[in-house]
Amino acid sequence: MTDKRYGANFIHRQSFIELDARERATALFDAGTSRELLGPFDRVESPWLAMQGVTPQEDDGCVVMKGKIAGQAAVVVALEGAFQGGSMGEVSGEKMTAALDLAYADSKKGIPTSAVILLETGGVRLQEANLGLAAIAELMGSILLLRKYAPVICLSAGTVGCFGGMSLAAGLASYVVMTREARLGLNGPEVIEQENGIDEFDSSDHALVWAIDGGEQRFATGLIDALVEDDTPQVVDAIRRFVGKGVPAVHRSTQVELFRSRIKALDTSRQWEPNELRTLWTAKSATEGKQ
Amino acid sequence: MEQIELNYPAKRKAPKRAHVGVVGSGDMEVLLEPAEGTVARVFIRTSVDGFGASWKAVLDRFFAKYDGAARIQINDAGGTPGIAQLRLEQAVEVSEQ
Repeated sequence: MTDKRYGANFIHRQSFIELDARERATALFDAGTSRELLGPFDRVESPWLAMQGVTPQEDDGCVVMKGKIAGQAAVVVALEGAFQGGSMGEVSGEKMTAALDLAYADSKKGIPTSAVILLETGGVRLQEANLGLAAIAELMGSILLLRKYAPVICLSAGTVGCFGGMSLAAGLASYVVMTREARLGLNGPEVIEQENGIDEFDSSDHALVWAIDGGEQRFATGLIDALVEDDTPQVVDAIRRFVGKGVPAVHRSTQVELFRSRIKALDTSRQWEPNELRTLWTAKSATEGKQ
Repeated sequence: MEQIELNYPAKRKAPKRAHVGVVGSGDMEVLLEPAEGTVARVFIRTSVDGFGASWKAVLDRFFAKYDGAARIQINDAGGTPGIAQLRLEQAVEVSEQ
């Protein structure tokens, strides 16, 4: 095995993907500075799932932690991809929004408090439909408030990835970090196939799915800011670096004309290949180089 | 979803609380909290109905060794008896650390 993509230290890596949400959140903080807010023993669970015969989780699949990253105040919100696909319900949405609003209040008072959101999610939790949609709308409002004062960093490590309404939240972030294993997109491959047919998108073709939604492609086309290996120290380094950089001069989501012109320049009468897009849409608008 | 409640005699207060696992497919979370008195109370919520006898067998075996007074909550998403046994033992390990 001499695949250079995986480097010499492959077997010595400490996988980040293999950590659960709580372990991921803890790993990002300066050692010994983090504490969990509304943890499982506070038993703030979804009131809607049991009614529909689904076993709830005591933290509703959303871990909120406060502490320091690179010496600065920070809050980390981690979604647990293994519980209901990391979906956003009333409780998990409210926990996330409240955490960002508290970070905003602190930042306004003169204590810049960065937010790191760990996205392993398919979007709205269907069992809590409208409440989940409302939660994502509120979350986006909170991101827009906070990002003026402190960076909001979205990290999708995989393997669930980030889809649905939560991809919009990622789109508003100051910085987005992904691994090669993670995927980011509005409609997931299976949804597109179901709605528009297998000719439109064959969701069983994993090479195609990752060539379009995968972290490597998202980075090469300038839609995210850093591509990291599935290695805990690398992930932590990237997050610390973006916390240190502070609020970016220009947020990606304000570059409306740039992205409009990109799409406008595409000849949609023919099928484009993911690799061609990389040369057409270079990473020049990305704020960071590949690690 | 089925709810099951089981009680077992205890001899000592469990030292500290513990939380392990995740309510993911084929897995479960276990919350163990110290309780006063001489009883351990187990509350199970499982997404798979009709396995009350299996749960009782797993818990009977577990409490043949464990004597802590505790409130134990199990939120299960279709874990096997083996997984239940491992998660319970893991919770005790964290609690006794």
